[in-house]
Amino acid sequence: MKRTIFGNQLLPWLLLAPQLLITAVFFLWPAGQAIWQSFLREDAFGLKTSFVGLLNYRALFNDGDYVNALGVTLVFSVAVAALSMGLALLFALAVDRMLKTANMYTTLLVWPYAVAPAIAGILWWFIFNPTIGILPYLLDFVGYDWNHSLQSGDAMVLVVIAASWKQVSYNFLFFVAGLQSIPQSLREAAAIDGAGPVKRFFTITFPLLTPTTFFLLVVNVVYTMFDTFGVIDATTQGGPAQSTNILVYKVFKDGFLGLNLGSSAAQSVILMGIVIVLTIIQFRYIERRVQY
Amino acid sequence: MATITLENVGKTYPGGAAAVQGINIAIQDGEFLVLVGPSGCGKSTLLRMVAGLETITEGTVRIGDRVVNQVEPADRDIAMVFQNYALYPHMSVRQNLAYGLKNRGTPAAEITRRVDEAADILEIRPYLDRKPRALSGGQRQRVAMGRAIVREPAAFLFDEPLSNLDAKLRVTMRGEIRLLQRRLGTTSIYVTHDQMEAMTLADRLVVLNGGRIEQIGAPLEVYRRPASAFVAAFIGSPAMNLLNATLDNGRLRIGSASLPADVAGSGAVTLGIRPEDLRRTAGRADALHMSVDYVEELGATRLVHGRLEGQKLVCTLSADSTLGDMLALEADAGALHLFDAGTGARIN
Repeated sequence: MKRTIFGNQLLPWLLLAPQLLITAVFFLWPAGQAIWQSFLREDAFGLKTSFVGLLNYRALFNDGDYVNALGVTLVFSVAVAALSMGLALLFALAVDRMLKTANMYTTLLVWPYAVAPAIAGILWWFIFNPTIGILPYLLDFVGYDWNHSLQSGDAMVLVVIAASWKQVSYNFLFFVAGLQSIPQSLREAAAIDGAGPVKRFFTITFPLLTPTTFFLLVVNVVYTMFDTFGVIDATTQGGPAQSTNILVYKVFKDGFLGLNLGSSAAQSVILMGIVIVLTIIQFRYIERRVQY
Repeated sequence: MATITLENVGKTYPGGAAAVQGINIAIQDGEFLVLVGPSGCGKSTLLRMVAGLETITEGTVRIGDRVVNQVEPADRDIAMVFQNYALYPHMSVRQNLAYGLKNRGTPAAEITRRVDEAADILEIRPYLDRKPRALSGGQRQRVAMGRAIVREPAAFLFDEPLSNLDAKLRVTMRGEIRLLQRRLGTTSIYVTHDQMEAMTLADRLVVLNGGRIEQIGAPLEVYRRPASAFVAAFIGSPAMNLLNATLDNGRLRIGSASLPADVAGSGAVTLGIRPEDLRRTAGRADALHMSVDYVEELGATRLVHGRLEGQKLVCTLSADSTLGDMLALEADAGALHLFDAGTGARIN
């Protein structure tokens, strides 16, 4: 680490000030508000507020809907991370083998990332719409009656696909970079050492990609926990029967639609806790620079 | 152990660019063959074609009696040492050495025996459980060679294996590679751009230029009788002097200077004289008079840079000679190499 010595005591603080200010205004303050509010209970009209200690938290863990949301989030996160990373790795491996068209292919694959989450959600909403969508129409030919507004399973598949679609681009870029940092001669040496393409992937390429993979895993899980609000809101709105009501969407619903601000605040504090833990794990892991 | 035969081998890329053309080489069993040439001459491509890492677009490559054009690298029974060593960074040295044997289903006891044997030969036993990043450049180099020898292949292929080492280590490792190859008696092809490495290692060397063979021969043969002006300039250090001269009925004229030549005919030629073949002379009428520009002291000898009739000339003189501004030089008739001024082909 390079150390810079400042002659003036004030200058380093001044230089840090813009970033600190942003962090304070957009993170520390709202987070503090949320923590404080999670100990309060307010009536529906906002006329009376009382301090209730940990009641909001206790109530959450006795609430079947919240426990359900935890489960839904787990399924959703794992499915999105697995699908988007799996596809991204496949695409990246394909690009890595290409010589001429790799650039065009990469550009096309990265495009979805530029689409706003809500728009991506609407896109998939149209494609999957039971009445006017193209996919239910096609699925009907193979005898499948698609209806994500009635079928929990269909709804989950829809939000997983919609949330993964964008994330594939992001993961793809990192996997391509990861693959390119593996010297070609390693794979050639492995080929001469008698390892076929599949074996080469599992014994050489994939182990050398573990730092990238782990980084992406954490980023993707954090993504599914926070950034998928727009996707859920534009497609299923948590339904049917809470089957796609993930934690972040439930925070919104309970707070801004249900006006149960105390419970909503407690939920966002728990969500924040989960993400902080994940981030700490990520930094520790990355600093150790796994494998090599 | 095997012979390697290249018959009319060529490589043309899909775009139409030819990397190598019309290569014919027969490598004897146990021979150490060095491919040498400037960067871009196709030497690495040729080696990679033998290894199976590049497709062969023309001709045939045989290892032993088998045509291997369509054979996978793994099945060619060869081992390769890469320029950047290509050690698997996530495996210990032991695992690196064992990887190729494991992939071929060698029994565990046999793997242990061969790895230990290779580790003893290369003196890397203390590092067997380390990861490659914990090794120095020279140690990595040894591991890379170890990975080649545990396989006990029919041939070793070396792709500039020493170019990442510092000058001193390079000389040591060069000697070790030669010793190891002698001891194992394995047919080897070695690619380098360093003519010194080529001269010291080779049983025979192949000088490549622009994808074609300029000359094949034993190092001294190539040094003494370069087949072209290109080889003459490439092999030998300091490089051979190449002067524009005119052949005129048994005399060679360089500007106003002239030398006797044992070649008939007349016309423009390129005259090659090695710096070490020039010596000082006194009172010879047809001496070459060189004006001195500057001198490089090498300890035992000194390199004198100057001009002869306006053309650059270098000569190697003993360190105790006293120098003036002008030197009178002579060379034996046998030390004069004549090349065609147009094609560069040897005339005498």
